Amino acid sequence: MSQPAIDRTSGAIPMRLLELPEKPGLDEAIEYCRELVEDADFRTVRRWREAGGKVLGHFQVYFPEELAHAAGWLPVKVRGAPIDRREADSKFGSYLCSILKSSMELALTGTLKVDMFVTHPICDAARNLAGIWGRNLPEPARILYLPQNPNSAFSGEYLTEEYRRVQREIEEIGGVKVTDEMLAASIDLFDENRRLLRELYDIKRQTPWLLAIDEAYVLVSVGGMITREEHNELLRHLLPLIHERDLHKQDKIRIVFEGGFCEQPPLDLLRAISHFCYVVDDDLLIGLRWILEDVGHEAPPLEALADAYLNKSSYSPVQHDLRKPKEHMLLERVRGAQAEAVIISAAKMCEPGLDEQVAYSQGLDAEGIPYFLTEFEERMTSFDHLQIQLETFVENLLFA
Amino acid sequence: MDTQTLESPLVGRGARDGGRLFREWFDRLNATAASGDKAAYVFVMGSLSELITTFDIPTVFPEINALQTAVRRVSDDYINLAEDHGFSPDVCGYVKADYALQLKGGEHPMGTIPKPSIAVLTNACNTYLKWAEIWERMYDTPTYTIDIPGTRGLPDGKPEPPEDFERDWRYVENQIRELIPALEEVSGKAFDIDRLREVLAATNDMGRSWRRLLELNQSTPAVFDAMTDGTIFLGVANALRGTQEGADYFRDLVEEMEYKAANGIGSILNGEEKYRLAFVGVPCYPIFKRFYHLFADWGGAFVTSTYTWFASGGFYLDFEYDLERPIESLAEGLLLGVRGAMDAMLFHDKMLIDAIDRFDLDGVVYHPVKSCRTVSTGLADSRRMVLENRDVLCLFLESDMMDKRVVSEAQMKNRIDAFFEGLDSRKRRLAGVGDVAAGSGRNASGE
Repeated sequence: MSQPAIDRTSGAIPMRLLELPEKPGLDEAIEYCRELVEDADFRTVRRWREAGGKVLGHFQVYFPEELAHAAGWLPVKVRGAPIDRREADSKFGSYLCSILKSSMELALTGTLKVDMFVTHPICDAARNLAGIWGRNLPEPARILYLPQNPNSAFSGEYLTEEYRRVQREIEEIGGVKVTDEMLAASIDLFDENRRLLRELYDIKRQTPWLLAIDEAYVLVSVGGMITREEHNELLRHLLPLIHERDLHKQDKIRIVFEGGFCEQPPLDLLRAISHFCYVVDDDLLIGLRWILEDVGHEAPPLEALADAYLNKSSYSPVQHDLRKPKEHMLLERVRGAQAEAVIISAAKMCEPGLDEQVAYSQGLDAEGIPYFLTEFEERMTSFDHLQIQLETFVENLLFA
Repeated sequence: MDTQTLESPLVGRGARDGGRLFREWFDRLNATAASGDKAAYVFVMGSLSELITTFDIPTVFPEINALQTAVRRVSDDYINLAEDHGFSPDVCGYVKADYALQLKGGEHPMGTIPKPSIAVLTNACNTYLKWAEIWERMYDTPTYTIDIPGTRGLPDGKPEPPEDFERDWRYVENQIRELIPALEEVSGKAFDIDRLREVLAATNDMGRSWRRLLELNQSTPAVFDAMTDGTIFLGVANALRGTQEGADYFRDLVEEMEYKAANGIGSILNGEEKYRLAFVGVPCYPIFKRFYHLFADWGGAFVTSTYTWFASGGFYLDFEYDLERPIESLAEGLLLGVRGAMDAMLFHDKMLIDAIDRFDLDGVVYHPVKSCRTVSTGLADSRRMVLENRDVLCLFLESDMMDKRVVSEAQMKNRIDAFFEGLDSRKRRLAGVGDVAAGSGRNASGE
C-alpha cells in the first residue's frame, strides 16, 4: 500500500476537468454544463483516466462517494445516457427500462471506462447488472447491499462493515491505504457539496424564476462526472450569480417533479415542463442529495457515513423504511416547497417508479392535491403530446 | 416395463397426494378467513415458515394465491381490476392479482384468503418490498423485512472470507431475534424454542427428500417433469414447510420416484423421453398444461429447472439446521437459502453448465417473463455464456407467468417446433445419420 498519487486531503482541485474559464459567466457555465451532460461522451472522465486517475463507476441511486474520493479515485455516477444501443441490447431481455441497457452500452463500447463498478439491488432489474457486467467486462463488478431493513437496530453496524468491505476492495485495486483522516477530509468536502446543492434547491423553492428546472439539473448533474473539489468551486462561484439574475416572476404554477430517482428524463422534457411550471422541488439525481445534513465528525468516518445514509437521508421508491411511507414523504416535499401540484412521472418499465405512482396518486387524491401522471424514456425526442397535455393540466389549475 | 409396474399404486401418488394436501391447506386458510383468526403473509423466498409455524400462525403465500388465479384462468379478472386502480400493465402480475384479491375481500378460486395480521419478507425480490407496502397502506399491517445480504458479485472461485460470512450471519440472526417479540404479540403466545426444534427437524427431513428427488431425475428417463410436477412439489414444500405432514409427503414422494427410476418409468404421459431439457425461469401459468404439451409432445422432458432451486426455500442446498442452536441455525439457513435463491436467479450460468453435465441435457429453455425482472433480466446473457461453454441448443421464449395478453401461443408453438426440429437434426448429426431432413417422430398429444 502506498500514498495516493492524487492527494485529496488538501481540498485543492487535483485536476481541472471542466473547460471553463476560472470565473465563467452564469449563462456560459450553464450552457457548457448542458452540453457536457447531454453529449454522453464522458470526456471529463476520459481526461481523468488519461492522467492516470482511477475511476469508480456506481450505478444509481446512492453510493458513498467519499470512499472512492478518499483513495484518490474519481467517483462517477453511472446513470445511462440517451444513446443508440448496438451492443447492450443482446445482453438483456425485453420489458426493461432503458438506463440498464444504456449504462451497459457505455461500458461495452468503452465510452465509459471504470476501474471498479458498484451496483445496488435497487430493483429487480438492476440487481442483475453486476452479473451481466461481470460476465462481459474485465473490471470488478460488485453489489453493495444497502440495508433494506433500516428499522433494525443492527442496520447501522451492518452498513458500517459493508462500507469497510467496499473500502477494502478499493484499497486493494488502487494500492492505496485509506486512513480515517483521509476519509474525514473527503466527508468535509462532500458535506460542503451537499450544502451548496441545498442552497441551489433553496433558490428553486424560494425564487424559482431565477433558475429553471433544466438549468438546475445540469448544474447538479455535472457533479457526477467531475471532481467534487471542482464542482464545489463552480457552485460557490455560480450561486451568487443566480441570486443576482435579472429575471422576473411569471404566472406559472409551482410543481414538484417526482420520478427521476434513477433513469433520467431527457433535458428537453425538463425544458418543456419549465415552459409552463416552476419546478420547486424534485427527486432528480436524488442520490447526489440523499444525505440531508452534514455527515460531520461525531463518529468514526465509516460509522458516520452509515448513520447518515440511514438517519439523515431523503427517500426514494427503492428504499423501504417504515419511517418514510413514500406518499407521506412526497406530501412533505410538496408542503415544504409550497407546491400547488405534482408531476408524478416514472421511467418506462421502471417497476418501483410505476408501483409508487399508485401510492403517490392515492396519497395526493386524499389531500386534494392535483397531479399529472406521465412516463418517460431517456431516449425520447418528441414532447409535443406531453406539452399539450401538460398545458391543459396547467390551464385547468390556473383558470379553475 | 409391464402393465403391473405401470399400474402400481405408487405411480402418480405424489401428484394425487400433493393436490389433496394443497386443497386441504387452502381449506385451512378458508377457515382462518371465516373465523377472523390471525394469518401471516410471507413469500416463497425466505418465508421463515419455521419460526411462524412455531407460533401456530397460518402462513399465506400471496405468490401462490396469484399463480393459482392464472392456472385457474381467472388472472385477467384480477389484473384488470388492479389496473383500473392505477397499476401499470408493466408491473408484476402477482402483485396486481393480490391487490385485486384484497379489493375483493379475499375472494379466490380456491376459497377466501384471510387478511394479513403481520407480513414477514426478505429482500430476495425487490417487489416483495413494494408489495408489503401495499398491505401497510391497506390494513396498517405490521411488516418485518429481514435484510439478507447476497453474493456481492459474480462468483470468482475465491472463497468468501469467513469473517464476512460470520458478520452477515449475525446480522440476519439479530433481525430474527427482533422479529420474535412481534410474533409473540400477534399470536399471543410465548416463543417456545423446543417447538422450533421440532419444526426445524421436520424441515431437515423435507430438505433431505427434496435433494434426493432432484438427484433422482438424473436417471433416464427422468422420473418427474421439473416444470409441471416440480411446481406441484414446490407448492407443497412451501405450504407445508416445517410440518410432519410435509415431511411425510416428501418421504413418500421419494419412494415413488425411486420406484419409477428402478422401473424406467418416465415423466412424459403416454410418450417417450427423447430430449432432456432444463427449464430456466418461472412457468407460463396462463397456459400451464398446454405449455407442458408443447414440449412433451415432441418428447421433451424438463429434467431440471432453476425454479426448483430458487423457489425451494434453500432445499436444493446441502444444508441442515443444527437443532442444538436453533435460532442461530435458522439464521444461517435463511441467509444461505435466500442467498442461494438469489444466486440461482442472478448468477446461475455456472450452475446451469454443471446441470447440463450432471443431467446429460440436450437443451435449455429460457422463459423470461414480463412480470418478474429478478428472474428474467439476465437470462439473455446467461444463455450466451451457456452456449459458449456447452454444445447444447437453447430456446429463448418471452411471455408471462400471469398476463395472457403477453402470451402468444401460436408464435410460441412455432418457435418450440423449430427448436425441436433443431434438436432432432443435431441428434441425427451426432449419431452420424445422413439424412437430417428426414421427419422426426412426435408423441401423440396427451391432452
